[in-house]
Amino acid sequence: MKIHLKVWRQKNQYSKGEMQDYTLTEVDQEMSFLEMLDTLNLQLAKKGERPIEFDHDCREGICGQCGVMINGIAHGPLKNTTTCQLHMRTFKDGDTIFVEPFKAKAFPVIRDLKVNRSSLDEIIAAGGYVSVNTGQAPEANSILVSHDEAESAFDAAACIGCGACVATCKNASAALFTGAKIAQFARLPQGKKESAERTLSMVERMEDLDFGHCTNTEACQVECPQDISVLSIAQMNYEYNKAKLK
Amino acid sequence: MAKEIYANIPKGDLKDKWSNYKDQAKLVSPNNRKKMEIIVVGTGLAGASAAASLAEMGYQIKAFCFQDSPRRAHSVAAQGGVNAMKNYQNDGDSVYRMFYDTLKGGDFRSREANTYRLAECSANLIDQAVAQGVPFGREYSGYLKNRSFGGVQVSRTFYARGQTGQQLLLGAYQALMRQKEKGKVDLYTRHEMLDLVLIDGKAKGIIARNLDTGKLERHGAHAVILATGGFGKIYYLSTLAMGCNASAIWRAHKKGAWMANPSWTQIHPTSLPQSGPYQSKLTLMSESLRNDGRIWVPKAQDDQRPPHEILEEERDYYLERKYPSFGNLAPRDIASRAAKEQIDAGKGVGALKNAVYLDFKDAISEYGKETIAERYGNLFSMYEKITGINAYKEPMKISPSAHFSMGGLWVDYDLMTNIPGLFAIGEANFSDHGANRLGANSLLQACVDGYYIAPYTLQNYLADQIQVPKTEVSAEEFEQAEKQALQQLEKFVSCKGNKTSEEFHRELGKILYDKCGLSRSAEGLKEAISKIQQLREEYKNNLLVPGEVEDINSELEKAGRVSDYMELAELMCLDALERNESCGAHFREEFQTEDGEAQRNDEAFSFTAAWEWSGNPKQPILNKEQLKFEFVQPTQRSYK
Repeated sequence: MKIHLKVWRQKNQYSKGEMQDYTLTEVDQEMSFLEMLDTLNLQLAKKGERPIEFDHDCREGICGQCGVMINGIAHGPLKNTTTCQLHMRTFKDGDTIFVEPFKAKAFPVIRDLKVNRSSLDEIIAAGGYVSVNTGQAPEANSILVSHDEAESAFDAAACIGCGACVATCKNASAALFTGAKIAQFARLPQGKKESAERTLSMVERMEDLDFGHCTNTEACQVECPQDISVLSIAQMNYEYNKAKLK
Repeated sequence: MAKEIYANIPKGDLKDKWSNYKDQAKLVSPNNRKKMEIIVVGTGLAGASAAASLAEMGYQIKAFCFQDSPRRAHSVAAQGGVNAMKNYQNDGDSVYRMFYDTLKGGDFRSREANTYRLAECSANLIDQAVAQGVPFGREYSGYLKNRSFGGVQVSRTFYARGQTGQQLLLGAYQALMRQKEKGKVDLYTRHEMLDLVLIDGKAKGIIARNLDTGKLERHGAHAVILATGGFGKIYYLSTLAMGCNASAIWRAHKKGAWMANPSWTQIHPTSLPQSGPYQSKLTLMSESLRNDGRIWVPKAQDDQRPPHEILEEERDYYLERKYPSFGNLAPRDIASRAAKEQIDAGKGVGALKNAVYLDFKDAISEYGKETIAERYGNLFSMYEKITGINAYKEPMKISPSAHFSMGGLWVDYDLMTNIPGLFAIGEANFSDHGANRLGANSLLQACVDGYYIAPYTLQNYLADQIQVPKTEVSAEEFEQAEKQALQQLEKFVSCKGNKTSEEFHRELGKILYDKCGLSRSAEGLKEAISKIQQLREEYKNNLLVPGEVEDINSELEKAGRVSDYMELAELMCLDALERNESCGAHFREEFQTEDGEAQRNDEAFSFTAAWEWSGNPKQPILNKEQLKFEFVQPTQRSYK
């Protein structure tokens, strides 16, 4: 099929970017979206032009490194799907597709579609862990976790850290990302002990970075590849209030 | 000159060796630890767990990864589980049995002492991961759940839905970020190691390229750990991430570190088949699916009917037929080869006839759709995203694909290479899996190396380095290494040929997969070697890399990796050619039993091939480490 692309090109964080037009004539519908970009990049390279820089690695939807806005939607039109898992069968012959980087003040553009998401790592560094050193652990079955607790903790732990929640939020809030980690540990006996410190510290870090505030539009869950529930945000708020009252 | 080499295995009975080692190992006192720096390249399970554990002990760590965050490393993609000897199922498991399963699974081509230690340390890992908050699957009572996995008859696999690797990696990554917050770890993301720096024969640092700016940097330390994973991506189409590469270990190899058994690559039986020439990778479907899925092909050749029209008696459940006691859970090398046999015989299914069926019909009628969804839900939805097919209604189509590198840098019992101060852990080394790795042992090895072994063995080395002054990166050796790295990058960019590194990589991968993949022959390997040499010549003269050196440039990154693959590919073929036997994943057509199974030759080939760089990729030097079996008698492997 024939596909028209409008792709955001930007040299670096400080330069002005613009949309550029490209047309691909032989797109196979079994191709993944990123393989379609590979095809374009090969053509650009052959013409002596700079290929489009974009992030990707595992290409099976789990590493969280890929992610672009496709027709204005983080990771594109399919629900609960990363950019790398999107296939061209979703589009029609003759379609025009807009491809832009994730946009948020906390995610500065590095080049073209590549952005810097290390602010998410900073939030984890502030407390997204159980403070246990190697060697301190007790026998595994001495910590009982009910099936439902484990499953519900897993639902929150499944976040792949892609940043689609931030990119899709009109406030560029990282509430879903932060809430998911806080919720995972609040739902497990291992993590409960330091829940108050963790919550205060992670929320404070989130606010210090360039993320916006959550206004409960719930757009984040809609675009989340792992369908992380906005109830994590509610749980974060609950844990936060509880910690403040302590 | 080839030499006999030794692995410094501690004395004593098999079960006492690691305890004896720990009793005798040298220590560094806490006030000295903070003065010592360690470079860790790679932040997957092995790298992150080692970096975090050493930082917790007080060492100063510099951690490097080429991804934008340490959490992205490809450990994240391991789905099915991690093995550990807890015997929670009371089904007869023991450390010895786990050791024996692993040794046998590897076709008796690994070191007894290392393999035993892997099994011995496995239980601790589950304790550690649970304490970190890894949400493993649980029974309703709250106790940990297990499942069984290929190549064994007990249930010792722990899992977190189909995302065990991701959850374990998050545990290690979070521990790493905790140490970063404490100032014990300096994190260098989007950095790629370009060279290893030796001073007086010891590993003292690396040259790295900042991938965002293109600038080269020098980093010094008291020791260097390479935890850079496997190189199955050399086949181009593989289950690995696009960025997985051999460059760090290959450049260490060119600085003198030996490469062990480089041709031993596991071809995974359950990945998704290739659908077209543009394909960039093959997605793995967890082996755990074989617990409930039944593998079959139509009995008739070239059967065009859809699967539901093919009657039960017209199907060949070939694994169950050929290996009745293990059936669909036969080890990976055997399952992959059996699939290839069926596909080669014209019984492959799908548009390109390159797949076999993995069918859940019987499991769904026995346990119900809900149970199957809880076990494999995310795998089924992943399958549907990629293929558009609902596997609850129609069997999956799967095919073999390059996956895990059993080979890697040669290391001794301390996981130290032959270069003092250079350690290799996780998939980057060669040590524990012999000629075939069992499912769910990869996450295990990465964690055990990083959490439990490196912290002891690094100290044992560092104890003698306390008096050695801090490494100065202004040293001549750094200067030289940086200059050479820069020259190579400039050469790539100034070549201005007609073919991108990606195109070269596809060609190289095809040669390797055809001739040095699931089955090999002397004739085919020689043909491959000459083709690789030609391709490497062409690479020097016809490479196209747009853009500049001192700039963000993905094409330049790929060019360096493919350049290393061009040399490693030849070594893989030479390694496969040298080994005139079949063992595990290494199947030489000339050496098979009457019924087509691998025919080992213990008398002549019970050794680890540790290749030494001679300066010429065509003429590496073969050193041998003899494998001594003191406690186990190698037998003909049978899963019938």
